[in-house]
Amino acid sequence: MTTLSKDASEQAAVADVLRSGATRPPRPNAVASSLSFGWRALLKIKHVPEQLFDVTMFPIMFTLLFTYLFGGALAGSTTAYIQFLLPGILVQTVVMITMYTGVTLNKDIEKGVFDRFRSLPIWRPSPLVGALLGDVVRYSLASVIVLILGLVIGFRPDGGLLGVVASIALLLIFSFCLSWVWTMIAMIVRTEAAVMGVSMFILFPLTFASNIFVDPQTMPGWLRAFVEVNPVSFLVTSIRSLMSGEPDATKLAVTAAMCGGFLLVFGPITMRLYNRKT
Amino acid sequence: MPAIETSGLIKRFGDNTAVDGIDLSVPSGGVYGVLGPNGAGKTTTIRMLATLLPIDGGSARVLGHDVASEADAIRGKVSLTGQFASLDEDLTGTENLILLARLYGYSRPAARSRADELLTAFGIADAGSRQVKTYSGGMRRRIDIAASIIVTPELIFLDEPTTGLDPRSRNQVWDIVRALVGGGTTVLLTTQYLDEADQLAGRIAVIDRGKVIAEGTTGELKASVGAGSLHVRVLDPARRSEAAAILRTILSESVTEEADPVALSARLDRTSSVAAALPAFEDAGIAVASFAIGQPSLDEVFLALTGHPADDESARTNATERTETSS
Repeated sequence: MTTLSKDASEQAAVADVLRSGATRPPRPNAVASSLSFGWRALLKIKHVPEQLFDVTMFPIMFTLLFTYLFGGALAGSTTAYIQFLLPGILVQTVVMITMYTGVTLNKDIEKGVFDRFRSLPIWRPSPLVGALLGDVVRYSLASVIVLILGLVIGFRPDGGLLGVVASIALLLIFSFCLSWVWTMIAMIVRTEAAVMGVSMFILFPLTFASNIFVDPQTMPGWLRAFVEVNPVSFLVTSIRSLMSGEPDATKLAVTAAMCGGFLLVFGPITMRLYNRKT
Repeated sequence: MPAIETSGLIKRFGDNTAVDGIDLSVPSGGVYGVLGPNGAGKTTTIRMLATLLPIDGGSARVLGHDVASEADAIRGKVSLTGQFASLDEDLTGTENLILLARLYGYSRPAARSRADELLTAFGIADAGSRQVKTYSGGMRRRIDIAASIIVTPELIFLDEPTTGLDPRSRNQVWDIVRALVGGGTTVLLTTQYLDEADQLAGRIAVIDRGKVIAEGTTGELKASVGAGSLHVRVLDPARRSEAAAILRTILSESVTEEADPVALSARLDRTSSVAAALPAFEDAGIAVASFAIGQPSLDEVFLALTGHPADDESARTNATERTETSS
């Protein structure tokens, strides 16, 4: 052999790590592997902080814009309107941002690293669940920004800290479950622009044709019929009830059921598409 | 038991049959080379064997497990280094390895020390805290392979591990492959380069249009192709056809005029009298820039085995590649 001694030592070093890698640790469970992927999502935020633009700027823009645009006309004053609007605008902001989950995943999944994830002996949904857990951190940040801004411009929740925390928790659960719709779209549609387009087409009616901005009493019958079955309306009513310190158990139960529905319908469809993706 | 055994393996993308009845038997231990041009179906075959793509027909067993029904058992024993960056470009090298080690079940501190150990062994410890997107091609290949041996696999798939690398990085990858084999891991590697297969592989399968067209040891394969080939570059392109005529007379072999206007190539068998060509050029007053005898190239292997050059494929197979990457 004409192998140089440097090459030989490199080969020996590789042989060493192969020997020490021969003992295989026990497989991680579903929670542990999902959390590892959640850690990946947080690392990506650390390295690419620009991706926080949507969760910081959108909330500020939405809250200020809608409060001062509609406040005087709809409720007589912005201070009066913010009491009604804030829970809704909180939902609007976060639900709108969930769209980026699909956009990001669509781009991410095209990369070679997903081949590696898919070839690992782990719980199959964990890369997706982990990505969504990372997004929950982004949604929390957006929620906190809306709330602080709301408090500054006059929002006073009667439900106190407990009501606010419970509201945000419910919103995060709803967003996590709703996001499976976007993950499904991310698997079907080819480009991120198309994911954005399809998601917008669903999100606009879902957020605007709701009880976020105005009381449905003033709407024509056909629109009211939609608004009253819209999952976002149930969520907004539930959050208003929590914020005001008078939890509406029925609406909360319906909202929880809808969350479960999103997860149970769109989760398996997403996973089926993910497993068959080439 | 062979490490891999396939029978009539088929994969279709729409109307296109990317893998059209592949039969392979890859013995345990050593390197098995899968040689073929772009779009021949190499990557698709590997992806099916690594359980990333469902198969459309035939059967395949990897380390004794069926790819269709026992995918999870296979995933626990094999690893894959894809043709394109199979790490997260936004994360640092260390973070990537820690993430994967955690996914294999290492505790947080154990994952950290395993990552450091691998980076050091692969000579990229200095780059551990840099994002992978800043890595050179050679470093990226090394960390890709490091990521594949966090837990030592019984079988590793390397998809064109040296494509696009400079000669030094290529040699480093070859050394790593030899170390893997020394440690008892079976390596299945795809390549477009005959000399790579020759350097590393004990056995080779040549794939074309989704089918195995030749299989055997490197010696057997080369014997079927001829001893090698002659590559001549003349100084004056205007005199190339004259030079080609001289070569034809001397070698009594067919001589190919390459796309490069000064280049000629010819297949050689053992009895060819190559040495007579240089004086003949001198007598005719044809100046020669280079005159080299080399291993048969993949094109020549294809010409010998299929009667058509590998390039013929590109138009048709580009369509295949597109389907593979976009669907």
